[in-house]
Amino acid sequence: MGIVSPGFRGRPRSGREKLPPGQYLVTDFPVLSAGPTPRVDTSSWKFSITTEAGQAHSWDWAEFRALPSEEFQVDLHCVTKWSKLRTAWRGVSLDTLLAQAQTSAEYALAHCYGGYTTNLPVADLLDGQAWVAFEYDGRPLAAEHGGPARLLVPHLYLWKSAKWVRRIDLRAKDEPGFWESLGYHNYGDPWREQRYWGD
Amino acid sequence: MARAAVLGRLTWQVGTVAEILEETATARTIVLDVPGWPGHAAGQHVDVRLTAVDGYSTQRSYSIASAPGPGRLELTVQRLEDGEVSPYLTDTLRPGYPLELRGPIGGWFVWDPAEPGPVLLVAGGSGMVPLMSMIRARAAAGSEAPFRLVYSVRSPETVLYAAELERLSKTAHGFEMSYVYTRSGPPGVKVRIGRLTPVVLSAPGWTSKTAPAVFICGPTGFVEAAASLLVRAGHDQDAIKTERFGPSGG
Amino acid sequence: MTTHLDGNVLAGTLGELFAVDITSAMGQCASCGTSEAMGEALVYTDAPGMVARCRTCEEVVLRVNRTAGRAWLDMRGISCLELRIPGE
Repeated sequence: MGIVSPGFRGRPRSGREKLPPGQYLVTDFPVLSAGPTPRVDTSSWKFSITTEAGQAHSWDWAEFRALPSEEFQVDLHCVTKWSKLRTAWRGVSLDTLLAQAQTSAEYALAHCYGGYTTNLPVADLLDGQAWVAFEYDGRPLAAEHGGPARLLVPHLYLWKSAKWVRRIDLRAKDEPGFWESLGYHNYGDPWREQRYWGD
Repeated sequence: MARAAVLGRLTWQVGTVAEILEETATARTIVLDVPGWPGHAAGQHVDVRLTAVDGYSTQRSYSIASAPGPGRLELTVQRLEDGEVSPYLTDTLRPGYPLELRGPIGGWFVWDPAEPGPVLLVAGGSGMVPLMSMIRARAAAGSEAPFRLVYSVRSPETVLYAAELERLSKTAHGFEMSYVYTRSGPPGVKVRIGRLTPVVLSAPGWTSKTAPAVFICGPTGFVEAAASLLVRAGHDQDAIKTERFGPSGG
Repeated sequence: MTTHLDGNVLAGTLGELFAVDITSAMGQCASCGTSEAMGEALVYTDAPGMVARCRTCEEVVLRVNRTAGRAWLDMRGISCLELRIPGE
């Protein structure tokens, strides 16, 4: 830790909300990105799920939007320490998307337009814990926030909620994604403050 | 030349505020005493780190405004309305306060007074700071390298180092400059109000044929527009060095 | 922000890890083979780490993640780095 800067307070951090350890509340919606924002037209958008046996199932935008979707409100926790509470989305549950997949795979690797990847256990995608979300705050999801559609897995740090998701591979073997291979925790539970390797 | 040639990794140091100078209504130059400061090259910057009592800390980069050489380090900071760090530096810091910094940083966006070739400096707002270090380095070294500054500002009130630049325009041999006013100009003077244009960027003796080294600094949008205009005017892309401050301008 | 900054912004974080200035070092992009000064890279800093991309092909050349007491550096995107050592 550095020397204390006399009189420096920084952005408001404490509040009455219960946040995971080390987080502070924001009211705006910060945009983080490891590269230029992919611009994907819904006319060419495709989302796929592939199984460990090599079977693939894909949806184009019309097919995807024909699936049952739901509105939901969740809290977001970014590993860069900001948290945004009660954000409103609409999306298709991964339970719906995975319903037809014949798989016993334990691991998943999400791939995105632009090249980003992130990995997580299949169990964390199921049972109402994850969505492919396409609306935020009642409007189509903006490209800078991951539109046309992004993965949303709010019980883990937000880097796992892959923006511009295009495919999820179900795998027998775990493979670390973009940040997981650069020191970020393989699982990423904000409530246990699992930010980095070894946490 | 005064370049940080010491091998070794950058570490945080604590400087002491010696003076705070008012540059404009919203910009201040912070004059620092930094023990063991190794010197710097014109165009380099420092990272400043602020830490609150609860351990929360954040850092920002600020260009060094002073010329290379012995003596105190000067940083010019523009206060951003919703900034987290800049208001602390411009409004809360007092002489005697400590300030944690590391540097000097950067070996690419720098100008060496030993270079005799012409230099075109293009500044957008607070992008003027590292370019001022180059102008001051030129003066301190007695360099005759031809310098031209194009300085884009919102209004005359936002000009940094106005008096010094005016004096240099009149007295420094081989130094010339033009202002671009994007919102309002000096009272009583008829000037064009608007953004950078190819016409302003070029001047007698300052075309792409002159092949100057070009340094552009300012908000991202400004830097991209200026670089694009210069490349289209025939300047070699490799001769253009840019330092984007990000969308908010530093 | 999803726009990038210039490579000189790498100098602070990498200056803690390298004994010589990294921004004037010439890096050969492992994806497209172009050699550029690291100061010319496109750097994305609004992220859980710093990501530098090749100015020519936009592929990742370098990534760095820094936290208290640790840093992770991935330079697979650079096939060769030529560093200037001052004073020699």
